[in-house]
Order: sequence, then structure tokens, then C-alpha cells
Amino acid sequence: MLETGRHFVLGNVACADGALRAGCRYFAGYPITPASEISHHLSAELPKVEGIFMQMEDEIASIASVIGASWAGAKAMTATSGPGFSLMQENIGYAHMTETPLVLVNVQRSGPSTGQSTDPSQQDIYQAKYGAHGDYEVIAVSPWSVQEMFDLTVRAFNLAETYRTPVMMMSDGLIGHIQEKLVVPEKVEVVNRRKPTSKTSTPWGTDDPSLVPEMPAFGEGYKLLVTGSTHRPDGVRDMSPKYHQVIVYRIRDKILNAEPKIRDIHRMEMDDAKVAVLSYGASARPSLEAVSQARKAGVKAGLFRLKTIWPFPESEVSKLADQVDAIIVVEMNFGKLVKEVQRVVCGKTKVVSLGKVGGQLPLAREVLEAIRRESA
Amino acid sequence: MKSLFYYRDKYVRAQPTAFCPGCGGGIILQCFLRAIDDLGIDKDRVLAVSGIGCSAWIPSPYFDGDTMHTTHGRAIAFATGAKAYNPDLTTVVFTGDGDGAGIGGNHLIHAARRNIDLKVFLVNNFSYAMTGGQIAPTTLHGETTVTSPYGNPESPFDITQLVKAAGATYVAKWSTYHVVELTNAMKEALQHKGFSFIEILSQCPTQQRRVFNLRGPLESLPPRILEMFGESTYVKGRQNKGGYLYAVPRGDVKETLKQAEALEGVKARVVDHIGFGQVVRVDAKQTEATKGKLSGLSSVRYVADHMEKKIELGLFEKTERPELTESLREIMRKARGE
Repeated sequence: MLETGRHFVLGNVACADGALRAGCRYFAGYPITPASEISHHLSAELPKVEGIFMQMEDEIASIASVIGASWAGAKAMTATSGPGFSLMQENIGYAHMTETPLVLVNVQRSGPSTGQSTDPSQQDIYQAKYGAHGDYEVIAVSPWSVQEMFDLTVRAFNLAETYRTPVMMMSDGLIGHIQEKLVVPEKVEVVNRRKPTSKTSTPWGTDDPSLVPEMPAFGEGYKLLVTGSTHRPDGVRDMSPKYHQVIVYRIRDKILNAEPKIRDIHRMEMDDAKVAVLSYGASARPSLEAVSQARKAGVKAGLFRLKTIWPFPESEVSKLADQVDAIIVVEMNFGKLVKEVQRVVCGKTKVVSLGKVGGQLPLAREVLEAIRRESA
Repeated sequence: MKSLFYYRDKYVRAQPTAFCPGCGGGIILQCFLRAIDDLGIDKDRVLAVSGIGCSAWIPSPYFDGDTMHTTHGRAIAFATGAKAYNPDLTTVVFTGDGDGAGIGGNHLIHAARRNIDLKVFLVNNFSYAMTGGQIAPTTLHGETTVTSPYGNPESPFDITQLVKAAGATYVAKWSTYHVVELTNAMKEALQHKGFSFIEILSQCPTQQRRVFNLRGPLESLPPRILEMFGESTYVKGRQNKGGYLYAVPRGDVKETLKQAEALEGVKARVVDHIGFGQVVRVDAKQTEATKGKLSGLSSVRYVADHMEKKIELGLFEKTERPELTESLREIMRKARGE
């Protein structure tokens, strides 16, 4: 584990170290660029804290073993990139249905398929939300710096444990592979799993207003019935429409109801802004540069950066639409999150898509040109 | 003497059964419960992981300990995570031939290679039974299924040899006909430190009627299939007395039986055999002479020696080498400089 204080490290190393600080004690993964350094760091560091590092035979086995370890009581994580993320989808659905806390880091690369293999992208954000079959809601965070690779990994674990759900850490090949300053704080806020208070409580239903049931572990005498099939609040399989609705709505609502607590938006120069650049992850870096340059030229531009992309912060984006004359959505894909922005803005203000594919960051100049056009 | 309801009351979660009448799943569950009971293993320290298919329902929801009913083919991978993190859990996996050797084949061989201390019970019913009886990686060449109406063009895995070659340190094969041997093998597996694997041939009265071309009323099938497992197998290292032959019919088996019965000094009866289908078993003291006489019969296509096409059962591997969860603990000590 990195010592408290300042370091100059790789984004992926910061992510791995954040995981250790958050209490991660089980990691399973399969080698893939640009995510592999997370494995390298954890294979060296986990055994020192009596944690388990496993290199599995594929990504399907990796996520499966992470779910198994989580139910055995571990805070658990896997890390991958696009192709591996695709392979994991079925078991991500299983983790949602069984309400298994885990963190899945996707250091996104440019596809489809092998595509530009190691080059960064932000193309998997909808896969994070809709990748597995069936209806569910997901929490996804998006780091823009090495510091946030650390901070948001810690937060991802805390969210996973608080809401008993898989959390997607949607990094990208750029943030994973840059080296910059990381400050490891003295104290890291860590949330631990809520364990049952009595042997009669079940991990499948709750009266708690959070809608999040308590979670025992294997071997504690709870005679757990963990199943991806529709189950009643007492755990027993029941495929009836009634019980299916009870479970899938609760699993959805525990996330949606908590959206105000989950959402994390970083606003810069937004107080009097008339043009907003909405971005996330690596794309937000040139966006910030463009906003600074626009401000120097007297243009009232601001950066509205999503640190949590799912659940989508609808009310905040709607308020943003009331404030500004245009929202420019900057991202490394065809223009994906912009569709969610358009849906929420609903014609109240102009929405411009600045999506870029090709494995390169959008340039600050390109963003600045768009700001100029919209402020003219 | 334990009461008839002892195992049910102590180990089974009260549920209406999901198994078809005559299914082998209940026999396998019974053998498992007897094994853990005999060994005095606390059911609250047992984790039973399963995948998708009929085999997955053997522990889930019926076993009254921790169960994890996972995705198709991945049970071993889920179990690997739980066992690696908490090696104190007695972790068993119930899987099927499609689940374990088809979609999950990769996890099976890699878990064997790692020699992780999982107990894997692979229930082989020769087909994908739950989904309607399609070809499985265990379906024999030529057998008829809903996806091989002209006969299976593929050949099966020999799963125990595959798992043995992959590095498993305990490998055995039994059937639901061999309940005593199976229970003892499960006890051996549970006591063995390392990847322990038992393939269990199991009857499926619902789908094997087609697979094994069994005619007759449905309720007659379960005992017939069990008898067939006895007929078609031999136990490694156990002396097989012999003294019988199989007369494979050219056409109607009844005609072959009639002709065989007419021979002097023989006892003939129709039996089911995995390798031959319905066949006339001829018990005789003078097998060589009888073979000649049978070959001359117009209704006999072929005379087979008693060992021909028999499936070998028994213990195939019992060795020791470094076990994964112990190696992982050793690595922890090394990393901490102890």
C-alpha cells in the first residue's frame, strides 16, 4: 500500500491503492490492456494485508469468483477493458439480481471488437447501464485524474457496500495510463457491509426505508439461498409476476431513490455561465482548458463535470438547462451521453454533441470553437 | 438405525420437489447427505454451489445449508472465489454434463489445474435434459436427441480422463446404480485435500427414453435405466467373472431372444445396454462354443464379448500436490516477510 502523502504514480496504480484503502481483500482479473497494472499492483499488495489475488482463466470466471468471494464476506473487485467487460455482462446481471456488492473497473478502450485495442474511449457507458439482460439500475462513476482513480475507487466500494450493488468504475485508457500527482490522505472514509442483526432477518427483503437488505456471509449459519432466479423476500424461488415485480422494483428503487446522495457533480465557472460544457472522465480535461480560454476571452463558459454518470442526475441537468443558453456535451464516442442530456433537457435549451472517436482526446481547441459558436 | 426421515428432517429444506418422477437427482442428494452425516461435517459450514440445469437443483433449494445457484457453466468459478477467500468452508459444486463439461468446460479444467480444494460432483445424464434433451458433450456417437434426429455426428468427452489430465488430485466415476460406492467416494472426496471430482452417471426418465431408445411405459424406465447402468459398466480393479455374451439383434430383439433360448445350456434374456441398446444377454458356461452358435443365428447381427462397450467406473486418481488455498496462505506469509 502506498504511504500517506504525495506520490507520482500511474492512474491504474492509484485505483488499485484506493481499493486497498477501501478494504478490498479479494481481486480476480484476466490480463488486458489498458487495465493490467491494476492486477500487477494488487498481486503484490493484497497478500500483505491477507487479501487474495487471483488471475482467472477468463473475465467470466473473474467476475464470477468476485461474486463468490463477496458472498464469502470479502470486499471484492475486478478490473478489465471493453472485450472483458462484454464477457462479464451475464454475471453482472447475476450480481444485480443477488444484490452483490462489488466494484468493477472498466479502463475503457476503443472498439467495437479489438478496435484500437489500447487507445482510450468512453464508448462503454451505455453498456455499463444496459449491458446485461433484464431491468436494473446501475451506479457508475467516472474519474478524470489519477487522484480520482484513487478517490472514486474508494467511493465505488462505499457505494457498493451501502447499496449492496455492483458499482462500475468507468475509467479509460488515458486516465489509467497517465502518471501524475496523487495525495494519499491520512484517513479514508470507509463504509462497511451492514450485517444482519438477527438470524431471522433475510438478505432478500427489508422494511428499511433504504430498501437495502442486510447481508450475511457464507458459513455464518444463515442457510443462504443465493439465486439469480426471482425470489421472495424470504429467499425462496418464486416466479410469479407479483414477486418478480416486488424484487426488481425494489432493486431499481434503492438506487433511484438514493440518486441525490449518489450524484457527484463538479462545477467550475458555472455560477454565471451561459454556455455549459458537460463532460466526464478524460474528456473533461480539454473541456476545462477550453472553458478557461473562453473565460480569458470574456465568454461566460463553465464546466459541468459528472463524477457519477449513473444514475443520471436528471434534476441537476434540468436545472442546468434553465440556466444556460447551450450545453455542449464532450465525450470520446459517437455522442452517447448527449442523448440522455437531450432527453432531460427536453428542448428547454440547445444541446450540442461534441463526440469524438479515434482513440484521441477531444482537443481544447475543438471544444473552444464550439463554445465560441454557441456564445456568438 | 436411523429413521427413514432422518436425512430429510436434518438436511433438507421443505420444498415441493422439482425433479421428475424417477430422477437421479434425489439419489445423488441422498448419497451426499449420508456422506456429510457420516463424516460429521456441520451443514452450516458447507457451501453448495451449482450452475444451471437439473443438477443445479440437487442442492438448491433443497440442501439446508448455504447454497448458491449461479449462472450456466460458472458454478466452479463462483465457488473458487468463495473458497479462496474463506478456505474453512467445505465447498461443493453440483454440476451437470452440459453445465460442467460443455459451457463450463474451461472453468472445470482450470480448477483441476489449480488443485483448489473444491468437491465437484458432475451429474452426467448424457444430454441437456432441462432444455428438452439436446446433444451434450457426453452424448455418445450415433445417439438420437432432439438436435441429432439422424444420430449424433459427434463423439463425447471422457470427462474423468480429461479432468485427471488437467491435474485433479481425486477423480472417480460412479452411477446412481452404485449408491454405496458413490457415498463412499463422496466421503473420500470430502476428506481429500485438493480438487476432487466425481462423475456420476444418472438416470433421466424424461429424456433418456429418446437418447437410449427405450420403449415401454414411463414408470418402468427409472429401474430399467438403473439396471442398464449396472449392465453397461464395470468397476476398475474388481474381478469381473464374465460367463456371458451379448447377441446384438439384426431386427426384432424378441426374435433373437427366441432363437437364443432355443440353444442348449444357455440362459437368455433381453437387457438394456448403453452401448448396444436393447440386446439379448446370453449366460453360458461354454462362452466360446456359445459364441459360435449365436453367430450362426439368422436374427443375430453380431455377438459381443461381455466387456465390449462397457464403461469403466471406480477410482481413477488419488494423489497429492500443492493445494491452491494453502499456496495462497503461503504467499501471504511470504509477502508479509514471515
